[in-house]
Amino acid sequence: MDTDGRPVDRGYAAGARAGLPFAVATVVLGVSFGVLARQLGWGVAAPIICSALVLSGSAQFAAASILGAGGGVGAATLAAVFVNARFLPMGLALAPSLVGGRLRRAAEGQLVIDASWALANRGDGTFERKYLIGATLPQLSAWIGGTALGALSGGLLADPEALGLDVVFPAFFLILLAEELRDRQAAAVAVLGGLIALTLVPFAPPGIPVVAACGAALLGLRRRR
Amino acid sequence: MSAVWLTIILVAVASATIKAAGPLLLGDRQLGPRATAVIALLGPALLTALVLVDTITAGQRLVVDARLAGVAAAGVALLLRAPMLLVLAVAIATTALLRLLAA
Repeated sequence: MDTDGRPVDRGYAAGARAGLPFAVATVVLGVSFGVLARQLGWGVAAPIICSALVLSGSAQFAAASILGAGGGVGAATLAAVFVNARFLPMGLALAPSLVGGRLRRAAEGQLVIDASWALANRGDGTFERKYLIGATLPQLSAWIGGTALGALSGGLLADPEALGLDVVFPAFFLILLAEELRDRQAAAVAVLGGLIALTLVPFAPPGIPVVAACGAALLGLRRRR
Repeated sequence: MSAVWLTIILVAVASATIKAAGPLLLGDRQLGPRATAVIALLGPALLTALVLVDTITAGQRLVVDARLAGVAAAGVALLLRAPMLLVLAVAIATTALLRLLAA
């Protein structure tokens, strides 16, 4: 809260600055998606349009790899839905911090991506709306631009995995997690969430273990000591 | 229409629907303190799950490979308060080096 008692929002420009290092990492992810899709025979236009419409790395990688492994349209779409299901609780969390009518809120909700959501999270259940939107914009440009770079350069970059680029996703999430571990309760939730996810991996379709991990947040119902 | 284009359209519509659902359902209603306390803890739960799933699983199997070393190295860099891009560079370099040595 600032001196007037209104919650602080550092604004679009500050958000964009905070999103910039994540945008650099996102270019790398975009390039790997472009290369992967090109190798799977998507051509040049489809990966770029996919990134511009879907705006979600994890869902796109999931769908592309299932199509690549010979899966059907239904299986690929379902995998992407599961992987992106975490945006449902994230959207519910964010909704009260947005402004305007339902349609405007739903439109602004499209701009939620993992890094912006975490950066704009005040840690008390509310979010800095302008800061979130500001943080998303450079990352979206980086995602689409990186995909174009990867799709166009296709054959030049033979194997993103040999270069270690597949570790960018988990390292990216680890950096965001470090910011979230504010106290012992957050650490306890993190451990429980991790246990839930890993326990479910062998049984549940990909994506579901991550959604189920949200259940660990119910520890918030216990009063803080 | 090819399978690729159909998948792109379906995934785009599904993602937009998922992201719109929360704001559409809640509108301008504010949540109570109990719901807010739970929401405040979604971040650590989600992010830990994402880190672990992307580091030590492949499909529905648990696997230990060069990714784990890369993420562990990133963790050490974070503890040493390295800037974000250095943390990512350490993760990538460690993973790539291990794969090079194993190849």
